[in-house]
Amino acid sequence: MSRIQATFDKLKQQQRKALIPFITAGDPSLQLTVPLMHGLVEAGADVLELGVPFSDPMADGPTIQRASERALKHGMSLRGVLAMVAEFRTQDATTPVVLMGYGNPIEAMGWEVFAKRCAEVGVDGVLTVDFPPEESHDAFEHLQAHGIDPIFLLAPTTNDARIQQVAKLARGYVYYVSLKGVTGAGNLDLSAIEQKLPQLRKHIKLPIGVGFGIRDAATALAVAKLCDGVVVGSRIVQEIEDSTEQSVVGNVSKLVKELRLAVDKA
Amino acid sequence: MQSKQMYNYPDSTGHFGQFGGTYMAETLIPAVEELSREYLRYRDDPEFKAEFAYELKHYVGRPSPVYHAKRLSESLGGAQIYLKREDLNHTGAHKINNAIGQALLAKRMGKKRVIAETGAGMHGVATATVAARFGMECIVYMGAEDIQRQAANVFRMKLLGATVVPVESGSRTLKDACNEAIRDWVTNVESTFYIFGTAAGPHPYPMMVRDFQCVIGNEAKVQMPEMIGRQPDAVIACVGGGSNAIGLFYPYIEEKNVQIIGVEAGGHGIASGKHAAPLTANAKVGVLHGNKVYLIQDENGQIIETHSISAGLDYPGVGPEHCLLKDMGRAQYVAINDDEALAAFDALCRFEGIIPALESSHAIAHAIKIAPTMSKDKALLVNLSGRGDKDMNTVATLKGITL
Ligand SMILES: Cc1ncc(COP(=O)(O)O)c(C=O)c1O
Repeated sequence: MSRIQATFDKLKQQQRKALIPFITAGDPSLQLTVPLMHGLVEAGADVLELGVPFSDPMADGPTIQRASERALKHGMSLRGVLAMVAEFRTQDATTPVVLMGYGNPIEAMGWEVFAKRCAEVGVDGVLTVDFPPEESHDAFEHLQAHGIDPIFLLAPTTNDARIQQVAKLARGYVYYVSLKGVTGAGNLDLSAIEQKLPQLRKHIKLPIGVGFGIRDAATALAVAKLCDGVVVGSRIVQEIEDSTEQSVVGNVSKLVKELRLAVDKA
Repeated sequence: MQSKQMYNYPDSTGHFGQFGGTYMAETLIPAVEELSREYLRYRDDPEFKAEFAYELKHYVGRPSPVYHAKRLSESLGGAQIYLKREDLNHTGAHKINNAIGQALLAKRMGKKRVIAETGAGMHGVATATVAARFGMECIVYMGAEDIQRQAANVFRMKLLGATVVPVESGSRTLKDACNEAIRDWVTNVESTFYIFGTAAGPHPYPMMVRDFQCVIGNEAKVQMPEMIGRQPDAVIACVGGGSNAIGLFYPYIEEKNVQIIGVEAGGHGIASGKHAAPLTANAKVGVLHGNKVYLIQDENGQIIETHSISAGLDYPGVGPEHCLLKDMGRAQYVAINDDEALAAFDALCRFEGIIPALESSHAIAHAIKIAPTMSKDKALLVNLSGRGDKDMNTVATLKGITL
């Protein structure tokens, strides 16, 4: 059984919701990413989304754009991200790691090589923002062949036909983008999420995580009540930006513990 | 006729062979699907076609003439150079052909807010113009670096009632303006029509922009026989994203005796690495801004900053149909460096009394390069995609003059 499925199965038995933090690999520095990953797990994260920085992050707001720029300035590359996951796995064999980013760095490496490397280092899922199902044939084939879950996005604008298409292809969990906008946007609309989820559940049998715009304990709790997992990105990346190298692991842990407490009230 | 049936791109999923496609975030997929549906619905609609033709004639001032650059040709002593005068269009470039077409579609789709990216500012000005013409709200994203280079066009857009948003991220040029426009679109997807400025991006843009720009080649195919009794030996156009080029080239694809030459921005030279010529430099295939194309990138798949003297060619990618035409061998792609483009700019000013856009100067430079190698009875048709008024500051600065 995959780490992602095992994690969600266990949470379901415990009647808890998943907390899924996102950080950009290589931010604030190459050395601090793996310690941050362990810090996130200790603070209560169930699944880690590790951002692969890209020069043109079209779906991201200013906070994650800046993180990507910092990471690239430090020389972060897809190869480097895979090496970080390998290092993380030497001390953590159970927490699922999902790589999240844009398709071009993977295209440049080649999907076959990438999928093989993912399996070797212990990546569990891959989410490419700009590769919708209709352009994911290659990606899907190679990821499947190496037992890596392709994670797909659904959005407020997604219609029934597309939900069914994603239901067929998706593995692991499905990521529902809570709002029309970029990461870190401020226009979260809880009632809109509540209305959309039954339409998703009709076809999607996998766990559904919700992300974009979740910025504090209150919004995390409110969203957790509606779905199976809460993804928090920009708020954590902002905390990283606002911290020093000395304080960053502690500050991020504190924030994630607060989010954990909130999510566990759901 | 047989070959006509063979060249039929894109396919129904928006692919030109391995190129093109719809590489967009999920939120925008329904929007591009809707756009495809609506475009296909109106593209052959007699009323839509008539309105488009009316606007092109009475508002843009079409057909644009073909002009024989006699003195320039004589000075070179070889092939005759003809210019397709897109610089004489309202707003001064070919960009208006496409902006009108998309605005008419936006109107039918009930969208009252339009957004655009712009590099040189010509597409931004064209979009601001049609937005004023049709009473739409208009936001134009422009790289901060380009705002410096093209100050006059920024002022024109503002006069026309558009909001110009400076983009400070990345290389602060055209590709970053595209990123920001896409971010706006994903946020305002229901109210907003994205008037994309070149024959690239997610399906249906490469096809739709080509169709709107084909008026250039369709006119030329009638005008050239009127002027010289036959079609030219070659058609030549500069290639940024590739809209003015595909507009001229597409109607000539089946004319196998007509050579097709696209001219990319060589910047400081291909070997210097500071250029914007993905096809000439044999860049690798990649995915950016919704399509799979040849793309200037590093070995890790990060997009590299490009360089060109002309803001409108300063882009790391190129439209998918040009990628296919290159692979098929139907079109040839070459690069012209900054200094060669500048020399061609000067030559056209002095020999013909026409001040060309720096983008178009690249196409002229290539004609100047090959004309002397050809006999005097040969004919080259160059797309003069725009006028050079916007480039006064850039050229003056390069000549060490402060205006
Ligand atoms: C006058 C002119 N020519 C050419 C271009 C390049 O665009 P494209 O390759 O889409 O024709 C531009 C773009 O700004 C332009 O302003």
